[in-house]
Amino acid sequence: MTDSPKILTRRGLLGFGGVAAGGMLLSGCDKLLQSDKVNGVVRSAENATYRWQRLIGRDALAREFTAADMSPVFKANGTRDPQEPEYVAHAAEKFVNWKLAIGGLVSNPMTLSLAQLRQMPARTQITRHDCVEGWSAIGQWTGPQLGLLLKAAGLKTNARYIVFHCADNYGGELSKGGAQSTSIYYESIDLVDAFHPQTILAHGMNGAPLTVAHGAPVRMRIERQIGYKQAKYVMGIEAVSSLAGFGSGKGGYWEDRGYEWYAGI
Amino acid sequence: MATTATPATPYLFHRHALVTRITHWINALAIVFLIGTGLNIFNAHPALYWGQFGADDDDARRWLEIGSADAPDGSAYGFLRIGSLTVHTTGVLGLSKGSNGQPSAIGYPGWATFPGVRDLATARNWHFFFAWVLILNGIAYYAYGLATGHLRRDLLPRLKELRPSNIVHDIVSHARLKFPKGEESKRYHILQKLAYGATVFVAIPAMIFTGLGMSPGINAAWPWLLELFGGRSSARSIHWIAANFIMVFILVHLLMVILAGPYNEIRSMITGKFRVDPEKA
Repeated sequence: MTDSPKILTRRGLLGFGGVAAGGMLLSGCDKLLQSDKVNGVVRSAENATYRWQRLIGRDALAREFTAADMSPVFKANGTRDPQEPEYVAHAAEKFVNWKLAIGGLVSNPMTLSLAQLRQMPARTQITRHDCVEGWSAIGQWTGPQLGLLLKAAGLKTNARYIVFHCADNYGGELSKGGAQSTSIYYESIDLVDAFHPQTILAHGMNGAPLTVAHGAPVRMRIERQIGYKQAKYVMGIEAVSSLAGFGSGKGGYWEDRGYEWYAGI
Repeated sequence: MATTATPATPYLFHRHALVTRITHWINALAIVFLIGTGLNIFNAHPALYWGQFGADDDDARRWLEIGSADAPDGSAYGFLRIGSLTVHTTGVLGLSKGSNGQPSAIGYPGWATFPGVRDLATARNWHFFFAWVLILNGIAYYAYGLATGHLRRDLLPRLKELRPSNIVHDIVSHARLKFPKGEESKRYHILQKLAYGATVFVAIPAMIFTGLGMSPGINAAWPWLLELFGGRSSARSIHWIAANFIMVFILVHLLMVILAGPYNEIRSMITGKFRVDPEKA
């Protein structure tokens, strides 16, 4: 009870200052976005999330549903009809001359035709696709496990990531905001997800061959991550030790535009 | 405090513990950013559904939508649709003035979102950063509140306080802007306990658990969490409802701070000291 009224007033004003600053936060604090230091701290959360999720569920399986749970219409998003001449030519031939290249840090680089991929032992799974925008859809996917292909190719010991090279030159979407530039779509994952049993190269969807809108001839299913990781129109798979040499070096088309590389959230 | 008679002059009472004060302000900062970024994230798909999934074609599952459309005369309008009820919300929801001064078709207006323009990537980065802050700060607050009995003693309503007569009495006091004086001003009354309790025990945990549940990585590790809420699209709906509750709570909370005496109330959450005014005879 030694505080004098004068001090009380000063402290009260301090409190008001705090509230006023809070009130201006949302309108004025877009300036915070220009600070590299602030962005560095904010982006550190991604690594915390990545480590935490690997800790609690490194080998956990994504929930699988029954045919009765499936979405009546599975929304096609992102590129729906690639216009690149090479892809257009493959699509016109129903992908009979298309080949998937597996290379990089592997002992046995190889190419596989769509027919060869379809002959491989396949996994069929009904899973939920969670788009980064907020919508979800449940569909059925069929294809060989990526782990099987990587074992056949023989990963070298310094391989740390798997990069997926796609056919589509994507132009971005206004709904996701910011200045979106055009570039070839690509994605990447760590080896935990690469060898996860539900990580497959889907050539079938909902009991039929994969359609162009959904990524024909094959797309990735990485079931414990957000939709933009599920690369469509996969042309090549490359084992690498670093993501620095691809795109802007962040590990994917959307990652180069600010999105999390680890998209388990 | 001994049971001496109330002094005739105002005196300072140590109302809020240091841990309460620190966690309160960290929580306030985190929630301001979580709401701003959350509204920006919502704008990427301004519709809500019930069940395991929900997207553009799932009309039967969609229960809320914010959007814009053209009136018969060709002019654009913004709307909020809940079930079969459509309310025109031009200027605020669905269609509002953009940063260039022109009408912009966007769910929540730029002044309410962080960043102030469409930017799902940045909004997500910041949302997940402050989600970590909220959770770690919340764990500290809960651990302290349980260990010291603060939650049970100060926030949990007692049975006799829940009697209708007591609740009605407190509503009448609030309506007449008659706030407790003297010894009675040192504790929370039933409406405060219900508002703070619903936020601390229900709304914020609901936000955290629906948020965690929506993460596909957490969903694989802890599948029971999403089932608790009836699926991912339901969890997203509940996340939005709880966020709205918290936004209303913040408005009422700030209004009550102003009405009850902002100097004394804000000071008590900064320095811990609360001025107790004597009861008028």
